[in-house]
Amino acid sequence: MALLEGIPAPLTPAAATRVLVLRNYVVYKGAWKLFITGFLEPVFYLFSIGIGVGQLIDTFEFHGEAIPYAEFVAPAMLATSAFNGALLDSTYNVFFKMKYEKLYDQMLATPLSTGDIARGEITWGLMRGSVYSAAFLVVMALMGLTQSWWAVLALPAAILIAFAFSAVCMAVTTWMTSWQDFDKITLAQMPLFLFSATFFPVEAFGDGVLRWVVEATPLYRGVVLCRELTTGVITWESAVSVVYLVVMGVVGLLVVRRRLDKLLLT
Amino acid sequence: MGSDVASDTTPATTTSRPARPTGSLSAWEGMARQYDYWLTVLKRTWRGGVVSSFLTPLLYVVAMGVLLGGFIEADPDKLEGATSYLAFVVPGLVASHAMTLAVSESTYPVMGSIKWHKTFFAQLATPLAVRDLVNAYVAFVMFRVASACAVFMLVIAPFGVFATWWGPILAWLSQVLVGFAFTTLVFAYSAWLKSEEGFGLLFRLVVIPLTLFSGAFFPISNLGPVLEWIARLTPLWHGVSLSRMFCVDHIDWALVVVHVVVLVTLTVVGWFLAVRNLDRRLEV
Repeated sequence: MALLEGIPAPLTPAAATRVLVLRNYVVYKGAWKLFITGFLEPVFYLFSIGIGVGQLIDTFEFHGEAIPYAEFVAPAMLATSAFNGALLDSTYNVFFKMKYEKLYDQMLATPLSTGDIARGEITWGLMRGSVYSAAFLVVMALMGLTQSWWAVLALPAAILIAFAFSAVCMAVTTWMTSWQDFDKITLAQMPLFLFSATFFPVEAFGDGVLRWVVEATPLYRGVVLCRELTTGVITWESAVSVVYLVVMGVVGLLVVRRRLDKLLLT
Repeated sequence: MGSDVASDTTPATTTSRPARPTGSLSAWEGMARQYDYWLTVLKRTWRGGVVSSFLTPLLYVVAMGVLLGGFIEADPDKLEGATSYLAFVVPGLVASHAMTLAVSESTYPVMGSIKWHKTFFAQLATPLAVRDLVNAYVAFVMFRVASACAVFMLVIAPFGVFATWWGPILAWLSQVLVGFAFTTLVFAYSAWLKSEEGFGLLFRLVVIPLTLFSGAFFPISNLGPVLEWIARLTPLWHGVSLSRMFCVDHIDWALVVVHVVVLVTLTVVGWFLAVRNLDRRLEV
């Protein structure tokens, strides 16, 4: 009986998430240079494409309003950097931890469950991503690229984008078998990054099927949501985007949990 | 390799510097002997590079050149002589792609050959010298860079962005030169670096800014006078400018000489540093 008393009680989901986040924080402290420079990439893109190329472009129409090119590109950079960060974190890092480090196997030998692992990893990714998104929003505001107080809500919007993609990408990663599979990730990542109305308006695709396809992709919803918030042109489309991304994230999370159960508990 | 056993058994334990059997082969033979090894590597890994080598740059051309370019007024005065934004951006994209490929092929794989799978140590246990390892490695990377750029240029040709038939050939040679400069310099860095954390910093603080601000996407005169001069000092700008001058047939021959001298100098300096750093690193 004395032995049984020594076994700690199972953790609540919140406590388990906290432990996992703490673990990642401790590991990451060693790589602080990588952490700091992580937020530079969208800023570089903003200065290069938004301002450098922007000098060759007059203005773009967005929901009937003419906006300067830098104001058009900046919210897209906010959305795509949340997307890129979530994608890299929940594919490469999760794959490495699962296949090579056997980290999750070790964690399951403790009172943690597969649901805890999914929640903990995604929470950590979101915390890291939201620091970057907040920093980028500050840069945007300082450069005068935000047009209304709605822009404050662009931060939760960016976190929502990161949540939706983290969950889905982590689910996809559970089906991967080798590093060669990551070419397929790039195959999905690059078109999404370049064609989600990031650098040019969706009107460039014409009025046909192609435009409808683009409008139905998740990153496009995220980009448009951020753009609506920072320019202050809110429409019913914003609500559609929010519901779309929430559903996507929840479905992803459920799949991750089932897949981890199957991979790690059998 | 049987005839070289004598030079192979030179005691490596002595403390005097030329302990390794260096220079027992000619530079050419040292490279040629590794031909089958690198061919095998290529056969086993080329599939993993198809998307990053060919598809990614092509997507950039469509997104930036065709779609974004549709919104940009085609004014040769503002676009360094190009008659459309597509014609402007393509030569720059290929040059910066040459850099990206060269850098990614000479970072993790070089560190791996030293630290993880230790191929370099195995190769040095043969009559090969450090110089031969560097030469064959650079040749392998350059084969990939040169072929990727050639394919890219051929695919782009039907879009009608090239002003002459011979310009793209010279432009391709300048892209190859960019590849050489970055392969040798980054090889030197990788051979010196102890932890792979440095690669993340290299990509974020060097490769991405160079790609974005070296005149590939927009004329560097848009940067303002101070930043423009900084951009002129970067190696990639010399390659981008060279590649673009030939593609749009807007050539300033004096500038061509400057660009070529800079890139060749960087390659030579990079090569010497690469051999020196690898030699120090492989000392046992």
